[in-house]
Amino acid sequence: MKKLIVILIASISIMTADAQNKSFPKIDLKTLDNTIINTSSFDNDGKLMVVSFWATWCKPCIKELSTIAEEYEDWQDETGVKIIAVSIDDSRNMSKVKPKVNAELWDYEVYCDPNGDLKRALGISTVPHTFIINNKMEILWQHSGYKDGDEIELYEKIVQFSK
Amino acid sequence: MQKWLTLASVVVLYLNSSAQQDGNYGTIQGDFNLNVQSYTEDLKINADAVDEFILMNGYSNLRYTKDNFLIGVRYESYLNALQDFDSRFNGNGIPYRFAQYSVDGLDITVGNFYEQFGNGIIFRSYEEKSLGIDNVMDGIRLKYRPTAGLTIKSFFGTQRFFFEQGPGIVRGIDAELNLNESFKGLNNSKTNILLGAGFISRFQESSNPVYNLPENVGAYSVRSTINRGKISFNSEYAYKYNDPDGGVTYNNYAPGNAIMSNMSYSERGLGIIVEAHRVDNMDFRSARGVTGNELTLAYIPAITKQHTYTLAAFYPFSTQPMGELGFLGELNYNIKKKSTLGGKYGALLTVNYSRVNALNGGNSVLTENESHTPIFFSVIGEDLYFRDFNIELKKKLSKKAKLTTSYVDMIYNKDVVQGKNVGKDIHARIGIVELNYKLKPKHTIRTELQYLSVDKDEKYDEDSGDWMMALVEYTFAPHWFFAVVDQYNGGYTDYEQIVHEAVHYLNISCGYSSGTNRFELGYGKKREGIFCVGGVCKNVPSSNGFTFSITSSF
Repeated sequence: MKKLIVILIASISIMTADAQNKSFPKIDLKTLDNTIINTSSFDNDGKLMVVSFWATWCKPCIKELSTIAEEYEDWQDETGVKIIAVSIDDSRNMSKVKPKVNAELWDYEVYCDPNGDLKRALGISTVPHTFIINNKMEILWQHSGYKDGDEIELYEKIVQFSK
Repeated sequence: MQKWLTLASVVVLYLNSSAQQDGNYGTIQGDFNLNVQSYTEDLKINADAVDEFILMNGYSNLRYTKDNFLIGVRYESYLNALQDFDSRFNGNGIPYRFAQYSVDGLDITVGNFYEQFGNGIIFRSYEEKSLGIDNVMDGIRLKYRPTAGLTIKSFFGTQRFFFEQGPGIVRGIDAELNLNESFKGLNNSKTNILLGAGFISRFQESSNPVYNLPENVGAYSVRSTINRGKISFNSEYAYKYNDPDGGVTYNNYAPGNAIMSNMSYSERGLGIIVEAHRVDNMDFRSARGVTGNELTLAYIPAITKQHTYTLAAFYPFSTQPMGELGFLGELNYNIKKKSTLGGKYGALLTVNYSRVNALNGGNSVLTENESHTPIFFSVIGEDLYFRDFNIELKKKLSKKAKLTTSYVDMIYNKDVVQGKNVGKDIHARIGIVELNYKLKPKHTIRTELQYLSVDKDEKYDEDSGDWMMALVEYTFAPHWFFAVVDQYNGGYTDYEQIVHEAVHYLNISCGYSSGTNRFELGYGKKREGIFCVGGVCKNVPSSNGFTFSITSSF
């Protein structure tokens, strides 16, 4: 059995050794109106998108999204970036997502991943977790956790990849 | 296992050869997670040493995707499991492996899968690694979208039980219809309507000599979501057919049911939510007579607020699936910039109230000697399980400083929630102040001060008395953090008349992160208590020692 595992891992690594950027998985999410939307329909007219995972009970997540919200208009003007906030709240807190987003005055596109399908597909173990993706749905950069000031690095990366 | 690996290798080798033809190699993604802790004896806080001296939990996921094809495995290792995890995890294994393919609206999964019908009140298969919960299914799942707006899901499977499978076979089917997408006439309607229905059936053999136990037990639920402009309304009703657990002394043939609904109104700067649920005899699992967090099928979300500050979460409530009636109301209000109260930057106010009580006369019972069905609605004079009023104000003071203040007033029925025999409720008031101060653009200092005071009135139990907590955290983005936290208890005599000395639970930790790699090292004492995520809880014993963790994804 050990041999098989080795063969399996070895062949997968050979296959992906010269692969390009990792692609963002195609997974169904829920909109705030409870309808289904697939991540493959994420679109920003060829410009970059930031996908940020959060939850209503996660303080650093809310801090990150609130901090970015203060600068979002400038970010959009300068780079055209779009922010998509994906909530991993389950059925306990899903109904609180829309009121929370409205009360925080966030102008993001917001979706829900109530049973963690997308979270699992991306290998996220804790929130917040943030991705920069391009219009080909390739993951250019990712970062887990949020500390005050991390948004500076995020924006530097957005500018760098926008060029 | 070996067969599966052989199959996986063949598939990968095939993809490898096909990739060489079209140049598309697919992608591989994965993650790694490690938690290590050492344990030393500390009599003062009742912490034990372990024979192994050091314990470890770790796992890694690997996923390979090419076009519409996806395979994945997770290797888990518990050598031995951390003290707050069940020792039945001890060992290594591959409890999660699957292959998934989707084409023209049909999605096929063989192997392990997580799934949820509606709000999960008849079926939710999920993982919460921090609690040691993983009731993943193993079997076959199909999802099909025959026309726009209609989704059908169906599966057959058994459920994970540590490194084995539970004895029950679970079958399920669920359909969800979005009326606006399905009917052209409604495409542009301002009202959005979604309807759904699901059915779950469990098979488990019975050879009970005393009772005639049904081998097949079913549960169904119907649900709807209606959105119109700023208003959203969700509701679900579930019914479970009789599911006696076959204990020799207690055998309840009563069916169960649950109803939940929530309504929200929100516009820019304002969000209001009201929720209610009633649960009667709804503990539904893939095997009879199992307790704790194992082999659960029904997931009934707790109706109370999920507190995040340490002392506010000191008395966490978890849903009583056997029977409860609960309500919640919450207001989120953004106080405008440049108003008297809002100041230069505005402020965010959250007010929340929730209350849960027993059903009138307890849950439904139907045995040879007793028959009882609680009336639908009764609040006054019923046994109170939990009540929570809390208010929070979050405000930016200047370009550099942010302040959050919070006050919580809570009544907690320890006997019901933790199965103790205190005889009185606990009434706690908690005050919290958190201050964030930016020293330089990437340097921030954060402090938290929290105080928990229990009501000393005779009506209430004083439990473990008053608590104080102070935290100082220094972060240097994007890589470093350092934190010192102390929780102090002044000593108390518990309800069993055992005297506990005053004690400081001092903890220091630091962490380094870069991209998706995070390392964290800590040392100190951990308090015994209940740790919850999403309304599901586990008991954490007190401990003293070093902790080290790594999380990584690629």
